[in-house]
Amino acid sequence: MENNYHVCTGCSLLCDDIEVEYGTETINKIYTACRVGVAHMKESKEKVTFLVDNKPVDEEKALSETVKILKNAKNPLIFGLGASTNEAQKQAIELGKKINATIDDSSSFCFGSVVEALVTNKIKTCTLEDVRNKGDVIIFWGSNPADSHPRHLSKHSYFPRGSEKQRGWEEERTAIAIDIRKSHTAKICGNYFIQIPQGGDVELIDALISGLSGKLPKTSYNYPPKKILELANILKGAKFGIIFVGPGLIYSLENLAPLFRLMQALNEKSNFHLVPMVGNCNMRGFNENLFTETGYVNSVKFENGIVKHGSEYSIVESLKAKTVDAALIIGSDPFSSLPRSIAKSLLEIPIISMGPSETLTTKKAKVHINTAISGVESGGSAIRMDGTLVSFKPIVETKNPLEEYILKRIMEAL
Amino acid sequence: MTNAMEIYQMLPKTNCKKCGKTSCMAFAVALMTRELTPDACLPLKEEPKYKDSYEKISSLFKPSEGATETGLIVHEDLCFGCGNCVVACPVNVANDPYGVGSGNAPKNTSKLILAIEEGIVKARNVDECRRFGKNKILCNGCIVTCPVEAIEFV
Repeated sequence: MENNYHVCTGCSLLCDDIEVEYGTETINKIYTACRVGVAHMKESKEKVTFLVDNKPVDEEKALSETVKILKNAKNPLIFGLGASTNEAQKQAIELGKKINATIDDSSSFCFGSVVEALVTNKIKTCTLEDVRNKGDVIIFWGSNPADSHPRHLSKHSYFPRGSEKQRGWEEERTAIAIDIRKSHTAKICGNYFIQIPQGGDVELIDALISGLSGKLPKTSYNYPPKKILELANILKGAKFGIIFVGPGLIYSLENLAPLFRLMQALNEKSNFHLVPMVGNCNMRGFNENLFTETGYVNSVKFENGIVKHGSEYSIVESLKAKTVDAALIIGSDPFSSLPRSIAKSLLEIPIISMGPSETLTTKKAKVHINTAISGVESGGSAIRMDGTLVSFKPIVETKNPLEEYILKRIMEAL
Repeated sequence: MTNAMEIYQMLPKTNCKKCGKTSCMAFAVALMTRELTPDACLPLKEEPKYKDSYEKISSLFKPSEGATETGLIVHEDLCFGCGNCVVACPVNVANDPYGVGSGNAPKNTSKLILAIEEGIVKARNVDECRRFGKNKILCNGCIVTCPVEAIEFV
């Protein structure tokens, strides 16, 4: 084993301590990474492919076809980029500006609003290193890292010894899970598992806020007030608390007002931070890159140098209203992640797909370009779920083109 | 897990000594301590009338075939390499506090009991385990921290 660490881009934890035994084009053995990471790193061994109408063509033909589609489109959609490097994302934003595109990623139906609140400093946040070194009360609200980010608990949030938490999880940390079902994370949290009915999050937030100020907490689903008061007391005593917000909580809130209320109430009594459990390895990077460029984290429409923003420019709304007339999908699979009624609008417009693996989207695409896997076959940088920039270099060599390179070629051709 | 008496009930009870033990009861105890395997009892293995008993006893001991000396079994089909056990194991923490004890990759692998390879936890250096040796204690650090019950002691 050599002490040459690599970064795993399997999820947004971006674990930077992965040891790999490898040849020039193959990975032989992976140490320390979880099963998600191992599968991701060993994922794609496919040959270089450029497809037009599902038939193999050469690079020039695929690019000229792409350029033709983008030139003919009045309002093309650029979607995806959650698994791309910062460099490729910036290139895609530039491309969007040039072709007056609507640009969006999966955060518009996921963590977009939370990341926006974090980058505009509306909510206090911290890094995962802070969690490891100082965190004493850790809440997993609507998230299940044991399954979605397997090393979350062992590398950062619960089990490791930190500089100010030398005695570790047994004595110095309390993990609390709030969820609608007993997930694997909830199992680890043991007695500190609060099971609520679907959509019961807002009521629990308000009950907790009453509990924090010593009032009797009430919920329509009659959650035992004694237990909520007990929880409120634990939260009050926290020296460094963290809420890991998962999609479970976000989907049950109409807007973020209850979350702001809770964070304010918690920070009046103790010290609480919030970290979103972002799924894709660089979704937060896309949000931050687009924010620096335009002032918005997602759902943006470029129009001759003017930036428009609104929910009508998100992928779901623009496909529903059928305002886009071509789609460039990078490293994403909207046919799998969107509801059928929305995704079927994609069938009416030409799709260009770029990505390392074959998906439903690549099968329905007019043009498909097989690109290198970010972090395994291509180097660059990405932003972790807590906003930390992580740089990485490629582990193996590939003949597949980089996303950045293809986007640059498209720019030049346009 | 079953006990020696239950296993004795399934044996031929002829005290033939072919296994090297003085009696069938002694053989049952040797099975329980994993000193011998069910195959060591020749009549049980070869005579058709004991076929059912042989299969039953063999299936009882099958899961423990891959077990280490401390009886630790990792169900590889369940484990997904989260590393909770690696970081929580008190021996791992004591032997590599800045590596696995702090949630990182191992810095000193020579005395680690558990480590992740290819996304699955692997047991090694079992003589370091607190369940091993003369002063053993029933430590369960790796079991209680596993979200999917992939680790078991037999």
